[in-house]
Amino acid sequence: MTAFLALIDRDLRMAYRFGADTLASLLFFILCGSLFPLALGPSPDLLRHMGPGIVWVCALLASLLPLDRLFGSELEDGSLDLLMLTGLPAYAVAFAKMIAHWLTTGLPLLIAAIPLGIMLGVKGGELPLLLLGLMLGTMCLSLLGGMAASVVLGARRGGVLLPLLVLPLATPVLIFGAASSYAGQLGASPAAGFDLLGACLLAMLPLCPLAAGQGLKAAVS
Amino acid sequence: MPPQPPPSTPALPLLDVRDVTVFRGDRLVLDSVSLSLFAGDAMILTGPNGAGKSTLLRTISGLRKPDGGTVERQTELAWLGHQDALKPGMSLTQNLALAAKLGQGQMNEVLDALDLAFLADLPARLLSSGQKRRAAFARVMLSGAPLWLLDEPTVGLDVASIERLGAIMAAHRAKGGAMIVTTHVPLPLENTRSHELPSLANVEPIWLS
Repeated sequence: MTAFLALIDRDLRMAYRFGADTLASLLFFILCGSLFPLALGPSPDLLRHMGPGIVWVCALLASLLPLDRLFGSELEDGSLDLLMLTGLPAYAVAFAKMIAHWLTTGLPLLIAAIPLGIMLGVKGGELPLLLLGLMLGTMCLSLLGGMAASVVLGARRGGVLLPLLVLPLATPVLIFGAASSYAGQLGASPAAGFDLLGACLLAMLPLCPLAAGQGLKAAVS
Repeated sequence: MPPQPPPSTPALPLLDVRDVTVFRGDRLVLDSVSLSLFAGDAMILTGPNGAGKSTLLRTISGLRKPDGGTVERQTELAWLGHQDALKPGMSLTQNLALAAKLGQGQMNEVLDALDLAFLADLPARLLSSGQKRRAAFARVMLSGAPLWLLDEPTVGLDVASIERLGAIMAAHRAKGGAMIVTTHVPLPLENTRSHELPSLANVEPIWLS
């Protein structure tokens, strides 16, 4: 457990030291969201209608950005060998990296989703629903993304392969997440969306680290 | 009846490698390698480039599974790969923080022993290649593990640093540690055992059908 926490701590310190990476995906998120009004036209009704969906798609794309470096930089400089020899099982190493990814990408995205949501005309009452859904959703995306990142590790053009792997797998998260966020506008109950989103998270929680651990093992051997 | 003294068990080897065989693709890299290492031993792995020295070390460490044979290890190990694994933007102490936290080593003592103390707060990108190599070696010392696997520890080191490394290794053996070292440079170590790996580059590829 100490080693597990020490690993997360190490990643957080690295993210703090290389803060530009976190900032880049945040700015990408905000910029990407700001492009929609320019393309769709400034009609408040339309934007309010599209708002939650835009936030979800942008969050999905923004969380992809740092995945390439998640294990890639560790493999290149030999750190991955050392991480695999800390005595932790491979899935725990992968899980620690996924948690660190959520803390340095998912959590900042949640905070940035507040101004972006307001900018797109999401009403105050609907905002908590959007954020709660996004919280579960970004956790799923960190798990899925970490898994895909470890699978493409060492492959040529892994960076291109990565979105092709993650995006199809992320569609259930997107569908259920957006459904829960639109519940407020449609006057429906968000419970179904949250339930299914939570079910996705619970399924990914054990499976993704296990698969990622196998990917890491293959990459170092 | 007086209590019986515990039966004296023969010293178990820290590491016992038996008939380890490794393929890379369809190429045979290690062919039935056997060796064992006891406390206080230092084994120098020699062999031409591509003979599989690094592959053997990776197999012993457990990073790679042998395709045949067994590796039995009684103790924890410390690993020095051929890469230094230093993050260029972080200071030396930050780079070594994880190793210090997981091992029992004292950062100050280790940095002093390797003559790195005056570089402690410098970002790793400003270090020379020899200094980086010593920093990577500091991790091995910090781990406190009895068994050291060192892949070319002397690359880029000057004569004085190699002497210093030799003294550290001797002290580690005196404390009951053991090590396997691959090197092309003679190390200032006494009573080493050596194991030569033959080059299998010219052996006919074995087709697994």
